[in-house]
Amino acid sequence: MVKPIIELTNIRKTYRMGDMESHVLQGITLSIFPGEYVCIMGPSGCGKSTLLNVLGCLDQPTSGSYLLSSQDVAHLNDDELSLVRCRNLGFIFQSYNLIQQLTVIENIELPLYYKGVPESESHDIAEKLAGQVGLGKHLHHRPNELSGGQQQRVAIARSLANDPLVILADEATGNLDSKSGHEILGVFDDLHQLGKTLIFVTHDERMVQRCSRVVRLRDGHIESDEPGGARKHRAANPVSELHMNDVTEESESSADLPTSVFSH
Amino acid sequence: MLTALGVVFGVASVVAMLAIGEGASYEAQEQIRNLGSQNVILESIKPPDNQGPGQQSRSFVIEYGLTSRDINQIRQTIPGISVVVPSRIISEYLWHDDKNIDGSIIGALPIYPEMRNRKLSSGRFFTDIELAGRLPVCVINQTSATRLFPLSTPVGKSIRVRGYYYQVIGIMEDEGQRATTESTGNGNKSSSSLAQIVIPFTTLMDQFGDTFFRFRSGSFEAEKVEFHEAIVRVDDVNEVVSRAEAIKQILSKNHPREDYRVTVPIELLRQAERTKRIFSIVLGSIAAISLLVGGIGIMNIMLASVTERTREIGVRRALGAKQRDIVLQFLIETVLLSGAGGVVGVILGLGIPVAISHFAGVTTVIKLWAPSLAFSISVMTGIAFGIYPALRAAKMNPVEALRHV
Repeated sequence: MVKPIIELTNIRKTYRMGDMESHVLQGITLSIFPGEYVCIMGPSGCGKSTLLNVLGCLDQPTSGSYLLSSQDVAHLNDDELSLVRCRNLGFIFQSYNLIQQLTVIENIELPLYYKGVPESESHDIAEKLAGQVGLGKHLHHRPNELSGGQQQRVAIARSLANDPLVILADEATGNLDSKSGHEILGVFDDLHQLGKTLIFVTHDERMVQRCSRVVRLRDGHIESDEPGGARKHRAANPVSELHMNDVTEESESSADLPTSVFSH
Repeated sequence: MLTALGVVFGVASVVAMLAIGEGASYEAQEQIRNLGSQNVILESIKPPDNQGPGQQSRSFVIEYGLTSRDINQIRQTIPGISVVVPSRIISEYLWHDDKNIDGSIIGALPIYPEMRNRKLSSGRFFTDIELAGRLPVCVINQTSATRLFPLSTPVGKSIRVRGYYYQVIGIMEDEGQRATTESTGNGNKSSSSLAQIVIPFTTLMDQFGDTFFRFRSGSFEAEKVEFHEAIVRVDDVNEVVSRAEAIKQILSKNHPREDYRVTVPIELLRQAERTKRIFSIVLGSIAAISLLVGGIGIMNIMLASVTERTREIGVRRALGAKQRDIVLQFLIETVLLSGAGGVVGVILGLGIPVAISHFAGVTTVIKLWAPSLAFSISVMTGIAFGIYPALRAAKMNPVEALRHV
């Protein structure tokens, strides 16, 4: 049995506003294994964004334990959290959040800059990734010269730059029209086939069809945790084996994204 | 760029302040070099008009100034002084052939060039023998040489003053700019362009006597002055001021009318220091206020920028930037802004002293370290006023920063 890459145990998050206490997360226990493609769904206000922030080490849980690849990250200080984000996590946002004054390649290089990768090396990595997401010709464009779909591709390339353990996304297709949304979903499929661990907060039903696991939240609790569309096709395989199979069998068949790019 | 205007003016006034200050002390040092730091210079001046008109009508001759009695008393009573060199200065026309110029004739001793730090550019100074022999020889300064002898070499030629001929035996350099105080009776002429000839003191006494008449533009003047100037050399530089006090005491007893002036070159340095300090205070406060205002302006713009870029800060934090990465980023941006202001300020500041020396005639000296100092002040202003916005940016909660619209 493969060890889970993320292990949440009884995570609680309480916000205090004056006398009011709002219990946003009320004891979330969740394990996520390498290679899983998890969609977190739920009505607004159910705590899915807060959960994503906790998973992304942007926010600390009020109580509970969070092991990220066996490291307890629930009680780290600010610098240590920065380091965890820098080394282990990739972020994709709804509104792309590219830095406007930087070019495409500079945006992709940004996580590597904070990781302390030498410039020549990070430039090569960023150039390769830009090529992989189909923006090899736009390296020196500014974000405002690109379409929404292209910007989200840059954001994906950026989230991959530091070769993270887990990629987190918040409504990654929410701002896109259906065509470019579809393209982006294709890129996520490729990443999934490459064995990347993806945790997405979404409302997009198309994503549910493609993911391996759907976690539904309601009022700070996990309401349901069931296999997603991708997994239903081969329900016989256990999660861990699925992952292993994905990496060994399907990485070769994925034409768009050779493994080499993501294993620098 | 407007934001950095305060820094621009602050830095400019720092550069100007340093240039004027350095200029003042340079000027003082020049003066001292010309007058000699060990010297105390005594001069006769026409007394202020405090002798009623009745007195003047009785005597046509105005009698004033230093006398041999003063000189002897100083020599005998004040210890620690080595030489007293008296000289007389008379204003007259200097002639060569049919050319004539306004000039002054200085009767002096052979030690004169050494005492006054005057260098001979050609020829020689007169000697004790020439002094004793009361010979009609003269040493002329560069100004008289170029004006009286524009085409030929002056040495060996002669100059005529009131019908007497003096042979030119040497040429000395002009006095340094505004070195000595203006000679008596010629107060409206700046000494730097003044034609001077120096003749043996004894010769002067023979030719002109102790009373000097002058007819000019229809007016008649007669003055009786024994010595126009005397230089006292004090052996110990540290004693110059106290000896000068003693000399002043003697003179004030002998001369109830204020018909003399005592100049202590070392005190000029002190005056220059005072000028320098006043300029430093004035320009220093302008600089401080401008830098403060400029710094606050920069801080304001950076705070606005931090708020505007809240989301960017959130993204950078999410991508792994530590708080100190954010601090560094905003500090660098602030320093670039203030540093740019500093560069403009230095350029402007280099222009101000040029303009001041052109219009006000004040010497300014720009040392290489002055612009560098001013520039580093602008950088430090950037750091000082950038630290707060930078810290504010870094302290933002990443989650809230990302949610910011």
